[in-house]
Amino acid sequence: MKIGVFTCHCGTNIAATVDVEKVAQAAAEFPGVTFSTAYNYMCSDPGQNIVKKAIKEHALDRVVIASCSPSLHEKTFRKCVEDAGINPYLVEMANIREHCSWVHPEGEQTTAKAIELVRIAVAKVSRDRPLEMTYTPIEKKVLIIGGGIAGIQSAIDIAFANYPAVIVEREPSIGGRMASFDKTFPTLDCAACILTPKMVTVSQSEHVTIHTYSEIEEVTGYVGNFTVKIRKKPRSVDINKCTGCGVCYGKCPVRVPSEFDQGLGKRPAIYIPFPQAVPNVPVIDRESCLWFTEQKCGICQKVCPFGAIDYDMEDEIIEEKFGAIIVATGFQQFDYSVYGEYGYGKFKNVITGLHFERMVNSSGPTGGKIIKPSDGKEAREVVFIQCIGSRDEQKGVPYCSRLCCMYTAKHALLLREHNPDAQAYVFYIDIRAAGKNYEEFVKKVQDEYGAIYLRGRVSRIFEKGDKLIVRGADTLSGAQIEIEADLVVMATGLVAMPDAVSLAQMLHIPYDQNNLFTEAHPKLAPVETITSGIFLTGACQAPKDIPDAVATASAASVKALGLMVQDKLAREPLIARVIPELCSGCRACIEACPFSAIETEEIEDLRLRRKRTVVKVIEGVCTGCGICTTACRMSAIDLEGFSNRQIMEELAVL
Amino acid sequence: MNKSQIPDHSPQKNSGDRNLKAPIKDFEPKIVGFLCNWCSYAGADLAGTSRIKYPPNIRVIRVPCSGRVNPLFVLNCLMNGVDGVLVSGCHIGDCHYSEGNFYARRRFAILKRLLEYIGIDPRRFQMAWVSAAEGERWAKLVGELVEEIKEAGPNEHFGGNR
Repeated sequence: MKIGVFTCHCGTNIAATVDVEKVAQAAAEFPGVTFSTAYNYMCSDPGQNIVKKAIKEHALDRVVIASCSPSLHEKTFRKCVEDAGINPYLVEMANIREHCSWVHPEGEQTTAKAIELVRIAVAKVSRDRPLEMTYTPIEKKVLIIGGGIAGIQSAIDIAFANYPAVIVEREPSIGGRMASFDKTFPTLDCAACILTPKMVTVSQSEHVTIHTYSEIEEVTGYVGNFTVKIRKKPRSVDINKCTGCGVCYGKCPVRVPSEFDQGLGKRPAIYIPFPQAVPNVPVIDRESCLWFTEQKCGICQKVCPFGAIDYDMEDEIIEEKFGAIIVATGFQQFDYSVYGEYGYGKFKNVITGLHFERMVNSSGPTGGKIIKPSDGKEAREVVFIQCIGSRDEQKGVPYCSRLCCMYTAKHALLLREHNPDAQAYVFYIDIRAAGKNYEEFVKKVQDEYGAIYLRGRVSRIFEKGDKLIVRGADTLSGAQIEIEADLVVMATGLVAMPDAVSLAQMLHIPYDQNNLFTEAHPKLAPVETITSGIFLTGACQAPKDIPDAVATASAASVKALGLMVQDKLAREPLIARVIPELCSGCRACIEACPFSAIETEEIEDLRLRRKRTVVKVIEGVCTGCGICTTACRMSAIDLEGFSNRQIMEELAVL
Repeated sequence: MNKSQIPDHSPQKNSGDRNLKAPIKDFEPKIVGFLCNWCSYAGADLAGTSRIKYPPNIRVIRVPCSGRVNPLFVLNCLMNGVDGVLVSGCHIGDCHYSEGNFYARRRFAILKRLLEYIGIDPRRFQMAWVSAAEGERWAKLVGELVEEIKEAGPNEHFGGNR
């Protein structure tokens, strides 16, 4: 064994407090060390050349660099020694800067510590094993969970790069929340006009497969190699035979509240959620269909000219492989029934922002008329209450939902546009209009559309005749306010989907205390998760408006495409390794592994002359945490790069 | 066996360290710190980049996760005369590998009791949670640790083969 030790002055960063030459001299005496030198800047090109030259001249086979933190330059020196022909995993760093020269005063003790740190590194490097990068193949297909605007945009981007994408959408149509919006702030584009062309693009793309009315059942595998089970719920209509003619739902005798219209309108039991649905194929709601509830009717089957109705359709599970997964599952509205003082469910004329969107939509259930749901008369005095659920640690969520200020301003504007006699009152805590042209938009609503903004909370709402009395405070004037309103609109916040946690557990991605999915880094890796190959977009990560959802969708697509263009995936070899001869097959490591990276396998035990179960590490999944090594009673599983022998050797020289 | 029958091995009464002398003057303890790569090691790096001073008695062994630290490593240190051992990981809930520090916390709570039982001064083995942002905390922690180990005196429990 010929170990070379290279000690760095780092200008005066190390040399000011550590006697670098003395360290280099001391290192030369350590067992196995055949060469030791010091240089001003080891990481610089001349410094690296000194390393390379010494490796050649002195036939070194292992290297210790005594300089800064390995988080800074471990990669640099791995590359450096590899260039000189040594396996890159036969290099160790002694951190004599961050952990020594910078934190201790000049003197004997500091130099002595530096020498010891080098001694430890030399001990460790003597037990290093040459390791090779592992390569795993990549399945060139991207799964997108959720077919809202974020999922659609991701699919379009991936298809544009000529890679296949599969959208799995739970509802019968893609489109998501945006499909039910009327206009979008701050430009007042109609949501359908900008969304439906994208829906059509994605449905017609040869690279995109859409599974609507489907859910994710199971996800296994790892980056480049996910195996996903998708449950296709029975639509009861053959998607290949149906032409979308619409005869069936015209004839259906059932009428139930429409989910798409937030219960303001009715739909038949066989229905398409909205006219521009993609695919334009109806679905039978088996909960309300007479055929399924009472075994009678069957009209749709009789009238369908194409024989597309299939009452016997069953759940279908399909299994597909993917290289990357984009999670775009979106949000749900905060359930404001916790605010009993606002009379949810009791007062028909207290509605949410999403109700308002449907009402104000000219193709919606009221034909664009803003009415009081109680009697269908036009609403003139409308009170909007912001921060419902948002910024409320007691009853709601602590965060700001970010878009309620804007959509409330939009509602106030649309109210006046649809009914010039109407008056909007907005109760707010703060107006948060950070975004391009957002502040201007709110200003316009206040100045040109006469919306009255009142800073304060509403304390109570109660009915008086056919009016709602809204009682609150205007904290700016200090006055108590009472408004006789026809309609109250709650600006409900955005919260995680009810099943967000179970999906996160299925995908092995973390989620925060609000059940929102957690990004790998809030600033520098905002669309990645710590599980490589799984990316986030849209409101499943945090409340986002449409531009942000679209931007993160494209960002996530780029990250996924970055994987797709690789031929194979290089992975660090610093992962767990099993010594099958020592493994007793107790499976304690399988229990301990947070990543499900260990599985059992049968081996032929030559000594016992029979088959035996042992464990093996799934290379692509193992992250190299080493938790398994501590669980193993036999030390049959060890961690490359931080093996028991390496650490024990470090301790032995202390 | 009821509680009163359990032999009391707590160090206050029985000073298993056999260190009945007053603290030795100029005793510079040797302390080993097992630091997880993602939080505590980075926190110690931050103490460096922020130039926060602390005593030079600690030797850091880098491990990927506090869950990687085998209790044997700790025992090995103490048996070989290291005066104090620290295991430091990410704050609970912040583990880079999501649950490694839960294992560490539980495992070392047990080890600590075992060490007390066999008569090792509990000050000699400590656990801490230091994040990558807590350079100052790291420096303070080491300072306090060194003081405590100085009070505990040299580890001569296993004959002190240093």
